[in-house]
Amino acid sequence: MHTLTRGAPSCLYEPQGVAGVSFAAHFRGDAQKSPFKTPHIGARAGPCTGTKQNKDRPYQGPDREQQGVLMGLFILRRTGVMVLTALCLTFVVFFLTNLYPNLEKLAKTQGNFRMSEEAVQSWLESNGYAQPMLSKYGQWLGVVPGWTFEVDDGIKGRCFNGTVSAEEAAQAPRLCGILQGDWGYSTVFKEDVSGIIAVRLGNTGYLMFWVLVLMVPSALIVGVLAGMREGSPLDRSLSTFSILTTATPEYVSGVIFIAVLASSKFGISPILYEWGWIESKTLFKGTATSAMKDPNFSNFFLPVLTISLYGMGYIARMTRASMTEVMAAQYIRTARLKGVSFHNIVLKHALRNALIAPFTVIMLQFPWLLNGVVIVETLFNYKGFGWVLVSAAGNNDIELLLAVSVVSVIVVLVTQLISDIGYVYLNPRIRIS
Amino acid sequence: MAKLDYDGPILEIDELSISFFTRLREIPAVMDFSVTVQPGEAVGLVGESGCGKSTVALGVMRDLGKNGRIVGGSIKFKGRDMGQMTDEELRDIRGSEIAMIYQEPMASLNPAMKIGKQLMEVPMIHQGASEKEAYDRALQVVTDVKLPDPKRILESFPHQLSGGQQQRIVIAMALMSEPSLLILDEPTTALDVTVEAAVVELVKELGKKYGTSMLFISHNLGLVLETCDRICVMYSGEAVETGSIEDVFDKMQHPYTQALFRSIPLPGADKNSRPLKAIPGNFPLPHERPLGCNFGPRCDYFEDGRCNQNISIPMEAIAGDDRHWSRCLKFKEIDWDVPMEVIAQKEKGEVGDVVLKMDNLKKYYEVAANALFGGVGEKKVVKANETLSFEARESETLAIVGESGCGKSTFAKVLMGLETATDGQILLDNRNIEQVPIEVRDAKTVGEVQMVFQNPFDTLNPSMTVGRQIMRALEIFGVGDSDAARKQRMLELLDLVKLPRAFADRMPRQLSGGQKQRVGIARAFAGGARIVVADEPVSALDVSVQAAVTDLLMEIQREEKTTLLFISHDLSIVRYLSDRVMVMYLGHVVELGSTDQVFSPPYHPYTEALLSAVPIADTSVEKQHIVLEGDIPSAMNPPPGCPFQTRCRWKDKVPGGLCEKEVPPVRMLDEGHQVKCHLSDEVLEQMTPVIKVAAE
Repeated sequence: MHTLTRGAPSCLYEPQGVAGVSFAAHFRGDAQKSPFKTPHIGARAGPCTGTKQNKDRPYQGPDREQQGVLMGLFILRRTGVMVLTALCLTFVVFFLTNLYPNLEKLAKTQGNFRMSEEAVQSWLESNGYAQPMLSKYGQWLGVVPGWTFEVDDGIKGRCFNGTVSAEEAAQAPRLCGILQGDWGYSTVFKEDVSGIIAVRLGNTGYLMFWVLVLMVPSALIVGVLAGMREGSPLDRSLSTFSILTTATPEYVSGVIFIAVLASSKFGISPILYEWGWIESKTLFKGTATSAMKDPNFSNFFLPVLTISLYGMGYIARMTRASMTEVMAAQYIRTARLKGVSFHNIVLKHALRNALIAPFTVIMLQFPWLLNGVVIVETLFNYKGFGWVLVSAAGNNDIELLLAVSVVSVIVVLVTQLISDIGYVYLNPRIRIS
Repeated sequence: MAKLDYDGPILEIDELSISFFTRLREIPAVMDFSVTVQPGEAVGLVGESGCGKSTVALGVMRDLGKNGRIVGGSIKFKGRDMGQMTDEELRDIRGSEIAMIYQEPMASLNPAMKIGKQLMEVPMIHQGASEKEAYDRALQVVTDVKLPDPKRILESFPHQLSGGQQQRIVIAMALMSEPSLLILDEPTTALDVTVEAAVVELVKELGKKYGTSMLFISHNLGLVLETCDRICVMYSGEAVETGSIEDVFDKMQHPYTQALFRSIPLPGADKNSRPLKAIPGNFPLPHERPLGCNFGPRCDYFEDGRCNQNISIPMEAIAGDDRHWSRCLKFKEIDWDVPMEVIAQKEKGEVGDVVLKMDNLKKYYEVAANALFGGVGEKKVVKANETLSFEARESETLAIVGESGCGKSTFAKVLMGLETATDGQILLDNRNIEQVPIEVRDAKTVGEVQMVFQNPFDTLNPSMTVGRQIMRALEIFGVGDSDAARKQRMLELLDLVKLPRAFADRMPRQLSGGQKQRVGIARAFAGGARIVVADEPVSALDVSVQAAVTDLLMEIQREEKTTLLFISHDLSIVRYLSDRVMVMYLGHVVELGSTDQVFSPPYHPYTEALLSAVPIADTSVEKQHIVLEGDIPSAMNPPPGCPFQTRCRWKDKVPGGLCEKEVPPVRMLDEGHQVKCHLSDEVLEQMTPVIKVAAE
């Protein structure tokens, strides 16, 4: 007459992360190999576990100091894995962007379009593109000395601009790659890549910040409100809203917003203007170009809203799912039968447990945001990271493209790390021990 | 809220009916249910799963969810009708006047909240206590429930405690505001027997101390006998008999109660001379109840045209007894003193040659102390099985007894080939199989050593018909040369486990728990198994079904001359069916002998405690009360010397602290009776029987 015991509750909160690199997934993997069933490594021996597996575990757990050391070690190890992943990913991008057809196109755009085969070949040689892939990659990384090439009037090289004399070439640093902070030179913008990236990333970072400020709290509120009473009219209407927002891509919602809110002819702006509620012709501005210098509510809100809405629905759905599950849990019943009032049940008992799953999802939204940013920045003509990515890809700007991918990889991996650490923090059942 | 002074009955449930509403129909879960709980009284609510006993508890709490509704009758708490209360009034009562203790302590504690906070919440809500007062109260209650190091416990999270400790916390939480009524919903079902005994002891003691009334819900008649003053037996949504413990246990007046007692193994029952009598048929689903008496179709005294009329049968008082009621039309006519018809006595199977021999079997697990950074930490060794030696003969039932963590399942895994042994040998017909994992074993060996699993609900493939699953097993074991032959054999197997042949085309979800377990048994015997490891095969089943499945296993064993290794923690059933018993503790075999030898003194101290912990549903049984302190030590970190020394009550009888220094040697006490203990023969001689059946 045993009621079936559910698995260790921690398993309910499968992080949505890339399984291979996710810490929680890692943990489960190890836990399966060992005879233990619970993730708590200090647990008693599990070889004889039945359904009553976590019963006779003695009270033991690592003390705080040890916990700190272990956490440090964990972060160190994860950073190592991150560096390795970054290396692999950048090599793939490097390899693909340095394929011969790409280089040929580059030579033709840099030189002239009617170059002969031989001319292309010699251009590539004199600009260091004809070397073996690995050595080029090493130079780009900054672990192999940069190439030099003797031409008629001096020396060309990776680590200096233009053609210089032998003495000057000798004074230039030998290594110049991203490790030395030299991100290369953009062939399109005729500028240092690092400068472009810094400015554009700053723009996008600002946009993202406001997106998060709008998206995360509203998504969590919508999700929690919908999930706390499953099946109620509030749940159904909020769920429909979340599905609608997720199902509408940014290029649709963005266009609708511009038409409805930012046109002096259509939508609600002319009406509001007529009533004298707004001073300018439109409620919001349809372009965010001016927001790069002077961001304010009217020129910045629409792009922020467009990106937020899309991500919001998804996070809200996740939060709702995890909230409904938590609200059906036995410990919520315990709280209810203790006489805890409904709002305290939600706030004190359910919330922390319900946030474990969406937290991982929110962190995973960062890479997604990078994605959405491409469309929205183009739509609202906001020159940020996504805009750079589009022009770099469109113009075969190899070094810029590489830099963009490095930044993306770092963003993805860092958010993963934060997500795992936060997961451990939120879920007391998973402790590194 | 100030507590009301009130001296009438604490809880009066009067003709309560509760229904659940689905889209299709109304499902009556509880019908015409009445019970009264007087101050300081403990009332037991007994019945099989699905009989509505938990629904009654939730109904009292008025927490039936969206679909449940009280459709008739009333619940009065201290004279106030709970049906009329507003949500606010209910909240005031919940937790402060009525508290509940749940079946699964782990699931009922908030995993992300510290124990202290969860406890302190109660007085802070109900008495408006300050944080400091609440903390002091929590500290006091945690001390009351006898948890070591209360301050540290308050600072920890639920997952850091053992199951027994968690249940004590749940009890502490219920007692925080000294409620007048405590509802216990199967509070010990998820716990080990010795832990269960300690928890029950605690509940009884605290009930006395605080003068709390209790509603004790359980399926275990023995537990109810130990804890309650009155009992209410439920069947299919109705109370069928209520009365004082003595009346109901000794002078039962309802056929279901009688059948229930006849189907549980009490001391004196024997598989050959006095077999159990299973209740025929199945428990009716709530929407398929028969006309008239719900128990009618399974009742021995059924009278057509009378018991199945379309009328509801009322509860009737039994003259001369104190508040003893029965819901039976015929109870005055039935002669309740007629002893149980002895169903065909069976010949004991002849015990044959040694089939299986374990010799110094050891299974150690190496566990990285730090699984996250494998290799960084030092390795720890978990000794799951330590020098296991025994023999098992043909048609013999060897029971392996012990609490969770004792190594019995590990042993089963090694025998099955799911793990390989660290040291020692397993001889199957003088062939060594301890190092042969299951993948490498030939079909014959695999077929010969089979297993019946604990939980029939999880062990069948939900998307394959029953027949197909058995045929699949036949294919793997290489039985039969054509599909037709295998199909024939499959149908024979269904006959063997007494399932209708039509079941071959059914899906597992269409089967009840007992039927699923029969399929599991059929599958195990598909390859002509000679050794069957039954790992708690009936513990997930209802009492009335347990007897039938146990008998089936016995019968197949007699026919097929199988060696049965019966793993269980239920000593009543072990005593009933096994020839020999092996008691394990922390990987060690502490006692091994024939059933009589193990169940009578001299005992190993652990066996003694285990026997005392088992609740027995018989008022004529007197038990010695031995409560083990503390939890089972971790196998990662076993105590030095004798594994049982940390909880042993005989320890001071051994001179020189030998128990803490040396693992005791295996001693032969009698022919075939061995114990692992330092106690001298004289001390062992002094032991008295734990269970005494009073002279009639």
